[in-house]
Amino acid sequence: MVENRPFLTLLTHLVLIIGVVVIVFPVYLAFIASTRGGGDFMSGVVPLMPGPHMIENYSRMLTAGLSTYGAPPVWQMLSNSLIMALAVSIGKIAISITSAYAIVYFKFPFRFLAFWLIFITLMLPVEVRIIPTFAVVANLGMLNSYPGLIIPLIASATATFLFRQFFLTVPDELMEAARVDGAGPMKFFRDILLPLSRTNIAALFVILFIYGWVQYLWPLLVTTDTRYYTIVMGIKRLAQVADADPLWNLVMAAVMLAMLPPVLVVIFMQRLFVKGLVETEK
Amino acid sequence: MQTKRTIFPNKGLPYLLLAPQLVITFVFFLWPAGQAVKSSFEREDPFGFRTTFVWFENYQRLFREPSYINSLWTSLVFSVAVTAISMGVSLLLAVAVNRLLRSGRIYTTLLVWPYAVAPVVAGILWWFMFNPTIGILPYVLDALGINWNHRVNANHAMILIVLAASWKQISYNFLFFVAGLQSVPQSLTEAAAIDGAGPFKRFWTIVFPLLSPTTFFLLIVNINYAMFDTFGIIDASTSGGPAGATNTLVYKVYADGFLGLNIGSSSAQSVVLMAIVIALTAIQFRYVERRVQY
Repeated sequence: MVENRPFLTLLTHLVLIIGVVVIVFPVYLAFIASTRGGGDFMSGVVPLMPGPHMIENYSRMLTAGLSTYGAPPVWQMLSNSLIMALAVSIGKIAISITSAYAIVYFKFPFRFLAFWLIFITLMLPVEVRIIPTFAVVANLGMLNSYPGLIIPLIASATATFLFRQFFLTVPDELMEAARVDGAGPMKFFRDILLPLSRTNIAALFVILFIYGWVQYLWPLLVTTDTRYYTIVMGIKRLAQVADADPLWNLVMAAVMLAMLPPVLVVIFMQRLFVKGLVETEK
Repeated sequence: MQTKRTIFPNKGLPYLLLAPQLVITFVFFLWPAGQAVKSSFEREDPFGFRTTFVWFENYQRLFREPSYINSLWTSLVFSVAVTAISMGVSLLLAVAVNRLLRSGRIYTTLLVWPYAVAPVVAGILWWFMFNPTIGILPYVLDALGINWNHRVNANHAMILIVLAASWKQISYNFLFFVAGLQSVPQSLTEAAAIDGAGPFKRFWTIVFPLLSPTTFFLLIVNINYAMFDTFGIIDASTSGGPAGATNTLVYKVYADGFLGLNIGSSSAQSVVLMAIVIALTAIQFRYVERRVQY
């Protein structure tokens, strides 16, 4: 603080409080809706105070879902999302760290080409190649399966770059010492490079877990079987019915459950989250 | 390209290490992208028996189609609005947090979590608030004499998706602005204060110019976000309607290709989108990498 200006400090808090209220309000409203009974949405406007039906609504969505509307129980969709988010983040880290290792610690023909091929994936998000990618996955027989949900998403240029940058900062002497002591490339990778990368891996994991969890378009394309619905796409189906039938309390309970895991990850791993976010984007 | 001073001599191993990444890149990225480019030059007969090479006909049709021109315009308005709102608000919040010492951390925690909210969920939350029958905001707006209905009013629908998309992006911009502000040397602001510059003058003449690398980086990232990562928001809230008022380029590719099964046109649209991403990525790496330094 350069100087003491009480009025400006007051204004600062005011701005931040308004900001927080605006950010939190949509979720507060959803939470309130998820605690009310079904009849509360028949008349007029959404209530602003919590109701007594919270446990009832949440347990009904978790265990039974709205099967009459083609939505499976939420616990099943949550576990699909968890499987997908974990597999996508671990898969991305695994194949990126080995690629970066190959690019930094070896010299071989086509090294430059390999680096550029990986770089190109940055420019081809799913959104610009929807139909042909769907066709490839369909031809490989991977529709409605976990591999179909996961494998096409695990190529990662940003993770490869991050690990490449990090490996370049690792002192050369470490590798020279390891070689003098007779360590082969895989032993050096496992016993020296991996332990050194621990914080980077953790930070990246937080970001990629969120990335995997919030995927929507891809699951929407490759799953038609309700057994493979992820929570984020299942919610969309639920919301469509909610507009016809006022089942807002149940839909919003599912919305809260879909939001909770990644939001908790951000709140409780804030340091790693910020590190991962700032570093992957450089 | 940089390597280590000493390297491992193995010949086959690096290929093995790279194989998984390259196989996935080829099968799920390069091959489909090539297919999109190829079929953007082709026309399929209605039964799918024959495809003929038609040069640029799909593109010519595309740019004559009023709905595509409309979609280009919609995407432009949407991207500019989302970028301006989310960056403006988050800069204000970041400057405010940067003024505080201890309580800043609490505010930060309360502001960053929407990053983890899925775009579809953000769309549903705002759609619920603005729901014409039971939503809270139409009720408030009604008292002000505005009859809110994003199902029929094109402007209302656009405002809805802009607000939802900006809401979700504020946390991201906020974190980068805070990081940028913390790297502005305290001594400069102190020197300016001694010279008698007030807080607002200090911000506009010292802090804001020094922040320009961050601002420029965020500008590109936000345009990219508004163009490509907002599919879920639109699908959950307006589904491109009413009458194409919120049909952005990405949503249109999906609607025409996956729901409408018009492969030729959809591929041409995909190729246009690829060109946009390539341009944005090139700008980002060309100019942001060697940031504007003072």
